Amino acid sequence: MSDSIQERVLKIIANTRRIPLESVRPDSTFEELGVDSLDRLNILFDLESEFDIEVDDEEAKKVQNIPEMIAGITHLVEAKAKASPES
Amino acid sequence: MQRVVITGIGVISAIGLTRDAFWRSLVEGRCGIRAIHSPDFEQLRFKHAADVEGFVPEDHLSAKELTLMDRFAQFAVVAAKEAMAQSGLELTPAMREDGAIITGSCIGGRSAEEVGYRELYIHGRNRVHPLTIPLGMSNAGTSHISMQLGIQGPSYTISTACASSGHAIGQAFHMVRSGIAPVAIAGGCEAPLYFGNLKAWEAMRVISKDTCRPFSADRSGLVLGEGAAMLVLEPLEAALARGARPIAEIVGFGMSADACHITQPSAEGPARAMRMALRDAGLAPEQIGYINAHGTATEVNDRTETAAVRLVFGAHADKLAVSSTKSMHAHTLGAAGAIEAAASALTLANGVIPPTVNYGRPDPVCDLDFVPNAARTQQVEACLSNSFAFGGLNAVLALRTYN
Repeated sequence: MSDSIQERVLKIIANTRRIPLESVRPDSTFEELGVDSLDRLNILFDLESEFDIEVDDEEAKKVQNIPEMIAGITHLVEAKAKASPES
Repeated sequence: MQRVVITGIGVISAIGLTRDAFWRSLVEGRCGIRAIHSPDFEQLRFKHAADVEGFVPEDHLSAKELTLMDRFAQFAVVAAKEAMAQSGLELTPAMREDGAIITGSCIGGRSAEEVGYRELYIHGRNRVHPLTIPLGMSNAGTSHISMQLGIQGPSYTISTACASSGHAIGQAFHMVRSGIAPVAIAGGCEAPLYFGNLKAWEAMRVISKDTCRPFSADRSGLVLGEGAAMLVLEPLEAALARGARPIAEIVGFGMSADACHITQPSAEGPARAMRMALRDAGLAPEQIGYINAHGTATEVNDRTETAAVRLVFGAHADKLAVSSTKSMHAHTLGAAGAIEAAASALTLANGVIPPTVNYGRPDPVCDLDFVPNAARTQQVEACLSNSFAFGGLNAVLALRTYN
């Protein structure tokens, strides 16, 4: 489950930055990938669509790296699953 | 070259429907930001804005006129009429022929388009209102002012996002100074509080969930507002000859482009615009006593603007008063530069510096004198009014007290 979330997050980062998926690793820093503030917005937007979640502005600002991003998305996805047990 | 003075000001804002009410609120430090209870805001992650409460368009305009004007154009006309009334200017045929009207607007009447889109995409209709185009066009404010006042000279609208009306007033200043226009109406108007636009700003993740706290460590983003301000600009000699009382003098205008990023500002771009305004005005940095800051209350703006002020003013930066009146009237986008130029002119005319309200704790990176929470009685010789736009386009006006 968390593997697939990780893969989907990495794919979204690669698509948003228009760079090869192989170049995006969980330990890549946002600086290495050339992710600026607008790219972050685009990534957040695509993550919200991909996982059908809403990411709070303040929570989003705290994310410093890809593992934190994956952890945050995993948390929101799990919270959503708990809120609607039939899905 | 003519000296250029402001002889009339009209303002509509969340903190006052008239110039006098606006100024009283600035002095009292009254914040016009509030939670809005409407179905649109129910669907947003933020609930606060600075809407113009109590504006009754029918008090100012006929039913026929209102049919042809979106809210932003109504603001434009009402503010222009207030400014003209204060100036006491009787337009001669020559003034009508060559007078200029330059307004700034970022969004224009796009709310009229949104009504049409709802019809098309939600209600399944296959047509939109026939006035969608004339209501929506950004130049509608300028056009309606020209028709209302009978001014027929150079007239247009500038759209440089949050610097629109800074650029508009600067252009009008150039025209009056050079003698191209014997009089100019200049300012900005904006009514951006409609659902599609609110959603677009929500997506930018820069909107505060409660209020606007410029330069304060506990800031949480900007707040959107609506309104308009219009100024009457005249050559000093002409104004004095007809017995008018100048409110303040516009002495310089600086513009620049950051040329670096579509949303991230640089310190160098705004610094160059401030330097250019000083040079244009023939003012030494030490003659500036006050800066009406762009001060949006986003972390990146506030820190970059502070750095830019330090770049330009050096040690004098610590002797300057710097306030963001957006803490009270919020960010009115294309109208912001004009509302803040009006605040700046009134600051010089009244010898009172409006505060930055909602100021909590100092941000160590923003270490200027932000006139926190209470207005200050202080007569300054000259001031700057800063407007910096998304897209890195900067407009800075220099104003001087007229004695």
